[in-house]
Amino acid sequence: MTSWENTIERLRRTPVWQSLFRRGPARTNRTRSVAVFGNIFLHLLPVKVRDASLRVRATYYLGSITFFLFVILTVTGVLLMLYYHPAVPEAYQDMKDLRFVVSSGVFLRNLHRLAAQAMVVFVFWHMFHVFYRGGYKPPRQFNWVVGVGLLLLTLFLSYTGYLLPWDQLAFWAITVGTNIISYVPILGQPMRFLLLGGHGIGENALLRFYVLHIVILPLFAIILIAVHFWRVQKDGGITLREEHGRKEKD
Amino acid sequence: MSEPKNPTVSSSLEKPEDKEGLSRRDFFNEIAAGALGVAGLGAFVVSVRYLSPNVLFEPPTNFRIGPPSDYQVNSVTYLANQEVYIVRTSDGLFAQSAICTHLGCITQWKPELEMIACPCHGSKFRKDGSVEHGPAPRPLQHFAVRMMPDGELMVDLLELVKPTQILKV
Repeated sequence: MTSWENTIERLRRTPVWQSLFRRGPARTNRTRSVAVFGNIFLHLLPVKVRDASLRVRATYYLGSITFFLFVILTVTGVLLMLYYHPAVPEAYQDMKDLRFVVSSGVFLRNLHRLAAQAMVVFVFWHMFHVFYRGGYKPPRQFNWVVGVGLLLLTLFLSYTGYLLPWDQLAFWAITVGTNIISYVPILGQPMRFLLLGGHGIGENALLRFYVLHIVILPLFAIILIAVHFWRVQKDGGITLREEHGRKEKD
Repeated sequence: MSEPKNPTVSSSLEKPEDKEGLSRRDFFNEIAAGALGVAGLGAFVVSVRYLSPNVLFEPPTNFRIGPPSDYQVNSVTYLANQEVYIVRTSDGLFAQSAICTHLGCITQWKPELEMIACPCHGSKFRKDGSVEHGPAPRPLQHFAVRMMPDGELMVDLLELVKPTQILKV
């Protein structure tokens, strides 16, 4: 045994390690399974996957890329929050500061913006791919509906983020968008009033969109993402091509 | 055990709770569910009410626009702060909204074309606010204009009037 392995082995016997991991090294299939089951993050994922489902052509990793973009958006979004005030006229000035004054501000802002646009693209691409592979069919129909919920959340997150720079583009895009809501019969005007917190796009609307963008919508997104991952393994993994009578050629 | 005299007695013997109609546990469960329901409904109503602001820091809905002599005959004047047009024709004077009835963009008066045009989706309105070209579904909204005792005009954005209502000046 090398000294490195010795150190690891001694570390494994410490009370801190044992209280964190609660079990010995995962050296057999059984202990590996138990390790996955007993971890709050890993238990969302399957204990075992088939080789075929890990091939690039099985999924093109579109869902994973979408999730990775969500992680990027969360990290960059939290960092942007440190310089941004959701108030008039500070919002616009803070956005300008992020572009021209704050170190790496323009990088973080552009990363947030581009990742948001990429996420919309990848959500659709992922959905098209799942659709063409028949992944919406039973027993996976519930997870398809969860996915549609995540699509809507992605679009709402994009839309609420669009107002935050508080420039002309943001102002008129939200003016037009919220006027579309007011075309809903009977409830249209009250819904627009509640969303904006007023009759027009003002400070209340900016604050409401900010709260939706940074708290409410991401919270629902995280919950649905967890359900979405967990359901993939509960419904028997991803759809493989053999399942619909076609043979994997590669 | 003797035969039951009729089926209703028999069933009430099998299920003792039916004899008293409702057990104590069921009674309290129903009371609790009802109370939770009422409290939940109340919380929902109060929450929705909370989301609707009582005080708005928005521009005033009625405002003075000066005497009629400020507006020449056959002119369209845009008041940027209130987003209204004051139109004066040979018949009289009226106030109409500058907000496009399609999706809420601010329209522009084009004097060379004698037309009000929306930059967002290309709607066109005539001088009196009627639609010349879509996608706007309705004519521009007209607002009440009144002559004040001191000779100045007052516009009330909360009082909507028909396009035919023109203040004779």
